Amino acid sequence: MMDVHSRLLKSSTRSKMPLRRITMVTLEDFNSDDPIAWCPGCGNFSILKALRQALVEIQQQPHELVIVSGIGQAPKTPHYLRCNCFNGLHGRTLPVATGIKLANHKLTVLAQGGDGDGYGEGGNHFLHAMRRNINITYLVHNNQIYGLTKGQASPTSDAGFVTKTTPQGSINPACNPLLLAIASDCSFVARGFAGEIDHLAGLIKAGIQHKGFALIDIFQPCVSFNRVNTFKWYSDRVYKVDADSPYDTKDRLNAFQKAQEWGDKIPIGIIYRHQRPTLEEQIPAIADQPLVAQQTDPKVFTELLEIFK
Amino acid sequence: MDISIRIGGEAGQGIQSISSIFARTFVRQDFYVFINQDFASRIRGGHNFDQVRISNAPVRATVDRVHILIALDKETTNRDIGCLTEGGVLLFDRDAIDFTSDDPNHLSIPFSKIASEVGKSKIMINSVAIGAVIALTDFELQPVLACIEEQFQQKGSDVLENNLRSATAGYEFVRRNLKIIPFFKVPSAKTVRRKMTLTGSQAMALGAMASGLKFYSGYPMSPATSIMEFVASQAERYNIIVEQAEDEIAAINMVIGANFAGARAMTATSGGGFCLMVEALSLAGMTETPAVIIVGQRPGPSTGLPTRTEQGDLNFVMHAGHGDFPRAVLAPGYPEQAAYLMSKAFNLADKYQIPVIVLSDQHFNDSYFTVDKLDFQDIVIDRGRILSDQDLPLPHEYNRYAAGDSGISPRILPGLTKAVLYADSDEHTTAGHITESAAIRNQMMRKRMQKIKGIQQEIGPPEIYPGGQAELALLGWGSTYSVIREAVDQLNQNGNFAQMIHYSEIFPFNPEHVATEALSKIRIIAIENNYTGQFADYFSMATGLPIDQRILKYDGRPFTPAEIINQIKDAP
Repeated sequence: MMDVHSRLLKSSTRSKMPLRRITMVTLEDFNSDDPIAWCPGCGNFSILKALRQALVEIQQQPHELVIVSGIGQAPKTPHYLRCNCFNGLHGRTLPVATGIKLANHKLTVLAQGGDGDGYGEGGNHFLHAMRRNINITYLVHNNQIYGLTKGQASPTSDAGFVTKTTPQGSINPACNPLLLAIASDCSFVARGFAGEIDHLAGLIKAGIQHKGFALIDIFQPCVSFNRVNTFKWYSDRVYKVDADSPYDTKDRLNAFQKAQEWGDKIPIGIIYRHQRPTLEEQIPAIADQPLVAQQTDPKVFTELLEIFK
Repeated sequence: MDISIRIGGEAGQGIQSISSIFARTFVRQDFYVFINQDFASRIRGGHNFDQVRISNAPVRATVDRVHILIALDKETTNRDIGCLTEGGVLLFDRDAIDFTSDDPNHLSIPFSKIASEVGKSKIMINSVAIGAVIALTDFELQPVLACIEEQFQQKGSDVLENNLRSATAGYEFVRRNLKIIPFFKVPSAKTVRRKMTLTGSQAMALGAMASGLKFYSGYPMSPATSIMEFVASQAERYNIIVEQAEDEIAAINMVIGANFAGARAMTATSGGGFCLMVEALSLAGMTETPAVIIVGQRPGPSTGLPTRTEQGDLNFVMHAGHGDFPRAVLAPGYPEQAAYLMSKAFNLADKYQIPVIVLSDQHFNDSYFTVDKLDFQDIVIDRGRILSDQDLPLPHEYNRYAAGDSGISPRILPGLTKAVLYADSDEHTTAGHITESAAIRNQMMRKRMQKIKGIQQEIGPPEIYPGGQAELALLGWGSTYSVIREAVDQLNQNGNFAQMIHYSEIFPFNPEHVATEALSKIRIIAIENNYTGQFADYFSMATGLPIDQRILKYDGRPFTPAEIINQIKDAP
């Protein structure tokens, strides 16, 4: 039996050479035998379909993919895919994903959760993950309602929205995740819609291929608890930012304006994108190889003791 | 020879720079030095002191009486003059402090004037004081000048020269003006660069690094910040990632992520920060992800006394987290042991796929210990069972939570095999998928909890000192090791009266380690830095042995040997 470290080393060398692979990755490679536990007609089905499509398009090996998810309906998604899955705590997807990516930056790391998970419970982590610009892709299934807990207001519920916890209508205005992201200098900010599967697959593909933190906020109609923001509601309003004329994704001021559009017309697509150094490419410790491939010899630390003499 | 020097003053006056020069000087002359740092939670002002104990025998506890008191502020003369032992000497500056005395042992030295005239700056007061102390102890000046030179050589020749001149002037002033002959004296010695001076925090950080720490995430909080700072200072040299998290919740979740991916990772915090980590502690328990957490205790509840010491979080760390899951709790008593226990913490975490808590406190973290020997030859890195492709004939059928020996399911690391794994905080099947099945729930609870038996077998016994028979057992745990040991030595000057029973591997408890029958015949006195005697209750519950007396201290300050001895009923 080979020791752990030489295996790690061998494996990490292998992952650097994707050209050696002969077989193509197909949709079937992502099949999972875990039965799906979503409501019939849920927007999550379309998001799952778009995600699978994107993963095949970029020829992602399932065993080199990790999806970290929180708690809610959206975080069940990685169970319905063949991938490495860490389904952790409500709101804490991004720190776990950050730890995984820093331990082995050769992995493709996705984080997945809902609007309550990401913008409520996990709000602080959301801001700081964007600031770090760690190279992970964050899919937020935004249905403007709490689904798993059966219909309470969420951070993205519109003012006046009536739920069991806001029987007089929500007093607070909705938080705008795209504006927050642009203000936090998030290097990839996009919005998709579960009703536009091919378009969404394109966004996910671009998000994974983007070097840096990619936020994809996805309108995901909740068929059981949100009777306002339905498939039809979103379908009537969304339009693609670059449908009629070219859209400059690098223009931050323009992106701020675009992200504020809400009401009769709501933009989807890549709202803001620019390049800046990622967290992991600025860390000398992993310039040569990932942390998981590095071996420690306890004896070398004896030399460090000289500083205490 | 056993001399204590207290340097008192406001934060920002350079107390630590004086004590660290003393430590380096005397340790290089082959003495043993122990420094207790007593400071308030402020950056400037307040009353603070460092107490430096110098001896030719190993010393690792602080004492009540000092031989030399340096007062850098008025507050020190007000508060600390009672700490002077009979014949002890107070050094102060009449020009700076409104204090008058005709006691010949109260020596006014114009620190400020000498510093300005000879050292060309008032900043040189510290060097004047250092020189004065060397003269008082009748020690040679040269070794201390050599240490000053090492300390200041990078700050330019002017700064260095001024410091050297100031120390010499302080030394000469005392030689000329001292009217008494101090009873204490440091004998001359040879310069031997052999021993080390390091803090408990540094010992734990060193132990972690030598055990293969690759990823550290934390949020600054006293007294744990110094661990993060030391790892960060060496991170580039040893390829370690240190990420300052936005909060403690992020810190522990990052640590869990890094461990899940296969890098040894840890965090350190204090009680309040650990409160925020508790949900994720339970996550590590449920997902069976290794995690190492150092909790450096300080007095609570809430913000408490932020820069002071207590052992009040034992019950908390043993029971923290919702639901039942296995864990281990270790509590180092001295630096050499701390380095070894960090290695044990990582090995237990990896082997049993559990969270392991290393419980220290401010007194341990911040005190400077003299260490004769520390090496990492005996550290063995045991990552537990991690499978490779060769071990997985059917990679599509890898089950993360398959039933294994002693409840341990072999791991794979994501991306390093062709298989995939599902880890879940929900109750899960052997494949890691969410389940509500009553039968599987029972099976999984039993699987996880079964690991406790194995962990219990790996927990080491308490240290009994000295061996043989005694009339009295002093029961302690963690950082009180040295002070209890010193109290025992003093109690035993006329025969074997007392015995220390010290626990550094706390949870799970192994009752086989306790000689219940022998102990039932002698008095057991628990010594703890907390209000209730948390370990005493735990020990009593696990062994059925009554605790005859509890000596408890919860004022935020460490015990001294005399404090323990004076409270023991019927001490010889």
